[in-house]
Amino acid sequence: MAKVVLRLGDDVSTDAIYPGRFMATVLPTETPQHCFADHVEFNKKLVQGEVAPGSVVVAGRNFGTGSSREQAASCLKGWDLVVVAHNYSRIFLQNAVNLGLRLVVCSALEADEGDELEFTPHTVVNQTTVRTYPIEPLPRARLAIVEAGGLIPYVRMKLLEERLD
Amino acid sequence: MGMTVAEKILARAAGLPLVAAGDVVEPRVDLAMSHENAALVMNQFAQIFEGTGRGARVWDAEKIAIIFDHRVPAETSKTATNQKRIREFVAAQGISKFHDVRSDEGGICHQILPEYGYVHPGMVVVGTDSHTSSHGALGAMAIGVGATDMAAVWALGRLVNVEVPATIKVVADGEFRPAVGPKDLILYLIGMLSAEGANFRVIEFHGRAIRHMTISGRLVLCNMSVEAGATCGIVPADETTIDYLREEAGVSDILTPVLPDADAVYEETIEIDVAHVEPQVAKPHTVDNVAPVTEVEGVKVDQIVVGSCTNGRLEDLEAAAGVLRDRKVAKGTRMLVFPASWRIYREALRRGYLADLIEAGAVIMNPGCGCCLGVHQGALGDGEVALATTNRNFRGRMGNPNASVYLASPVTAAVSALHGVITDPRKGGS
Repeated sequence: MAKVVLRLGDDVSTDAIYPGRFMATVLPTETPQHCFADHVEFNKKLVQGEVAPGSVVVAGRNFGTGSSREQAASCLKGWDLVVVAHNYSRIFLQNAVNLGLRLVVCSALEADEGDELEFTPHTVVNQTTVRTYPIEPLPRARLAIVEAGGLIPYVRMKLLEERLD
Repeated sequence: MGMTVAEKILARAAGLPLVAAGDVVEPRVDLAMSHENAALVMNQFAQIFEGTGRGARVWDAEKIAIIFDHRVPAETSKTATNQKRIREFVAAQGISKFHDVRSDEGGICHQILPEYGYVHPGMVVVGTDSHTSSHGALGAMAIGVGATDMAAVWALGRLVNVEVPATIKVVADGEFRPAVGPKDLILYLIGMLSAEGANFRVIEFHGRAIRHMTISGRLVLCNMSVEAGATCGIVPADETTIDYLREEAGVSDILTPVLPDADAVYEETIEIDVAHVEPQVAKPHTVDNVAPVTEVEGVKVDQIVVGSCTNGRLEDLEAAAGVLRDRKVAKGTRMLVFPASWRIYREALRRGYLADLIEAGAVIMNPGCGCCLGVHQGALGDGEVALATTNRNFRGRMGNPNASVYLASPVTAAVSALHGVITDPRKGGS
């Protein structure tokens, strides 16, 4: 079971997830400090360790719109958050898959903050409302990278294969 | 079955005779661009090679471009240290397309790439910046990616596992009315498509209004295509493209435009008569929250910003200077001007545009990304309002979540600067 700790609307930009003024910070060990920095209350909970790993951020359409900054994915990954959204902006989705951040595509989900969710391979079950919603697959091109555990191991594997050729 | 421009470029780069939307390919990359976030790319790049027994060498140092533009000159020791590390990497790897903080070579990456002739029609360009879509203005396929995707490109020379995007065809015919131009057209289109209307898609621009448009104008369209979610905006190369690359950018290589097949398959075709496009404004806090300027006239503006990778080119500065010449920015309003590159800065200086703007009260800033994304000067105070020619108005974008940003063309921004309130540019400076 995973608790919904933040519920957001459509078009959540990477500026909202990770404001530009922190972009000189690049290390995945440091970016989580600034996760949703302008969402002051939520950021405070994260930094104070009040959000359990595996907790869920629920959003609407086009999550991660805007800048290509990878910090937006690494800061969420740093707190081991799961994002469930109707759909994702392309670059954010690629960055998230590359870094191994868990994204769930679920266009029908209805859930409020505090609801408890359970994930099965093909569904999200909202245990609070006792309703089940289908999960939609990630774009085909991303699946091999998910399976490899992220882009770095995937590319490393390709490099080693090429050396063997 | 025919191919679109994006499909043709990706097919060639992937070594395939034919690709179609939805195919997964690994295109070879012709140009890989980063700015200060090369510091993060370097970290990811080093990780790829860990345990491989190979030294971390880039696949082709000639095909990598690194341009400092986000925080120039460095505003903190952290940035300065990142920039120092990048300079060392550039030297160690032999990267030649490097543009440091210098007035004889610097500028914003999305101006430097066209200006120095690095982008040619038919190329696959990737950049660790979402506005890399800009370079489709030269008939290339230009894709914004994150740092780890770029690290993979540095290692392999290919973009791994790309789904060939479907293409939306936009046909823009007719002639612009006075005080209306490319920025108004792209805002209008984004309003029509929404912020995700072109997500995972390419926008291919056609029509007489595009054929008659300068490269600067085309760069505006392609730069902001990403604000509708597009992977790339593409203007198929024509005589204007070739002339620009030969005469402005000094390119002597053979240039081969990539044109769509007559039977190319488009997901959708949108026809626009630009004569019906009014001056547009994107209202806070999303770029697709677009309205005709008449709807927001009279909104008090604290800061006017003219510049950025969207609208900091010579014709933009010329338009602003033309409005402000022998006039004054309204009291209570401040105006910042960010030329897109130092070459533009120097030319605007020679032509007297900067003098006109300075006399009017505008502050000329260093070419760079500056306040557009709230990282380097020009931040807004609580409750303040900016009218900017930049490309994004998300909450917090100019460094303050309690401020508001409106987006418009340079002429709308300049006319509004005279009055201190958002003003219909068709009223001129009177």
